[in-house]
Amino acid sequence: MRICVCVKRVPAPGSKINITADGQQVDTTNLGFTTSPHEECAVEAAAQLVEEHGGEATVLTLGPAEAEEQLRYAISVGMHRGVLLATADGEWDPQRTARALTTAITELEAVDGPFDLILFGNESADAGGFQVGIRVAHALGRPMVNGAKGLSVADGAASVEREADAGRETYSLPLPAVVGVKEGVNLPRYPTMRGRLASKKAEVASNQPSADAGGLAEQVLKSPPERTSQTIVLGTGPDAAPAVVDVLEELGVLS
Amino acid sequence: MILVLIEHDRGSLAPASLEALTAARTFGDAVEALTIGDTADGLAADLEAYGVTVVHQAHDDVLGDYGPEAWGEVVAQAVRALSPAVVLATGTDRGNEVLAQAAARLDLPFAANAIELRGSADADTLDMTRVRWGGSLLEDASLTAPTKLVTVAHHAVDAAPADTPGAATPSLLAVEIDPSLARTVVSGRVEREAGVTLATAPVVVGGGRGVGSADGFAPLQELADELGGVVGCSRAVTNNGWRNHTDQVGQTGTRIAPDVYFACGISGAIQHWVGAMASKHIIAINTDQQANMVTKAGHAVIGDLHEVVPAITAEIRRRKSA
Repeated sequence: MRICVCVKRVPAPGSKINITADGQQVDTTNLGFTTSPHEECAVEAAAQLVEEHGGEATVLTLGPAEAEEQLRYAISVGMHRGVLLATADGEWDPQRTARALTTAITELEAVDGPFDLILFGNESADAGGFQVGIRVAHALGRPMVNGAKGLSVADGAASVEREADAGRETYSLPLPAVVGVKEGVNLPRYPTMRGRLASKKAEVASNQPSADAGGLAEQVLKSPPERTSQTIVLGTGPDAAPAVVDVLEELGVLS
Repeated sequence: MILVLIEHDRGSLAPASLEALTAARTFGDAVEALTIGDTADGLAADLEAYGVTVVHQAHDDVLGDYGPEAWGEVVAQAVRALSPAVVLATGTDRGNEVLAQAAARLDLPFAANAIELRGSADADTLDMTRVRWGGSLLEDASLTAPTKLVTVAHHAVDAAPADTPGAATPSLLAVEIDPSLARTVVSGRVEREAGVTLATAPVVVGGGRGVGSADGFAPLQELADELGGVVGCSRAVTNNGWRNHTDQVGQTGTRIAPDVYFACGISGAIQHWVGAMASKHIIAINTDQQANMVTKAGHAVIGDLHEVVPAITAEIRRRKSA
């Protein structure tokens, strides 16, 4: 089967996110970059499906030229080739991103045939727009379910499981389909030495996308009010246990 | 007019929807509601107290159970028929999914997880603050569209009844749903076992890298059992294979809001913090007094969790038997 996975390069923040002085972006001076976590799992899901059913997987991203790093990483853990839609003007809004991805996928399919499955992450770690995959699916006229915590393919259908308040739901999507994956669907593998070598040689195509802007515009980033609590240190080591239980009694959770 | 999507599951109201209704009233415009599927017809009476004037009810064979494409199509048709200035839903999995589906169908912009909406609903542009990075960063954004599609971040607004109840008059909304959209309707489900879950537990005992191993969670489980709570963990724990991902608290795991959260051996990286920050009280147990989680906690014990946690459990048992 043929699979396309769409990923996003995002900063890997530690315990605090700093913003540039103009408020336009995250200050990444001391940060590394990674693939958005849900999408790391989408890459792993694609690798497992190709191992099980044969075929090949393409990883696609829209972002700065440096996002080639995330494409090569995905190739090192089982993707066959990468496509970079290189932008030079910062973050694109969700509609614009979806339009560019739709065009790119349509062009890839015109050359090599349709993808049976297109995978996204449930939402990007940074912008959290919750919509790009859904927009692409609609533009391509394909069924789409987000939030997959289970994914398998059999008899021309993708079986998706997801968590809901009432229990674990299942969906059965006829292929070709689009699925948004959530972390927990699998545990992503680490690249092998062989995978790393392969990723260095692999083909990564680079295009300059163009698409009309949408109606959601980011004006400025800001930090939420800091939750600085006057931490009361109840003690050191096991001797603090009675003080902890006193607090639990005050809070009424000992019943 | 503000149209609010009412989320329900086979006719039982998702309380989260009341948050969107509460937020909708801040505009001062008429608030109308949309329920999808005839199983939800009985909800109209529940919406009176929240100031809803009209409840638009959509019926179709495809709408017997939840389906993102069919629900999104209903919202899109409601927008075309009713021309609301704003459509609101609460930013749950389903709320975000359905409004994104509707936005795709209408080719309109959509903003997920706003925490504050500013200005008039009828203006060309709606200004808002929305969350990024699961809430560890905020973004001022503007949404320009004839109908503004927005979700309100879950837990950003406390649901409150209106000063003046609404009539919540039922009104049938004529919809035409392509039967092929049944392709994404829920095809089956396994009901959750009764009992508390990570998302609803009154007490969560969370463990991080400092727990050290899968077996290291046994004392945390004992403490949780003693308090009628459940065990949670950080992403580092899941990545090490010590706990299942279903126990993960964080941006890409479960958002918790317990009365008490014990954070044991957890440094408090952004990824974890955004999932735990809605906890009412946090008690951190950590060897490092400077750990991010310790500085954010209301109470802390400085020490090795492997010694402190069993001591707390023993003390609880001692007092219970006294």
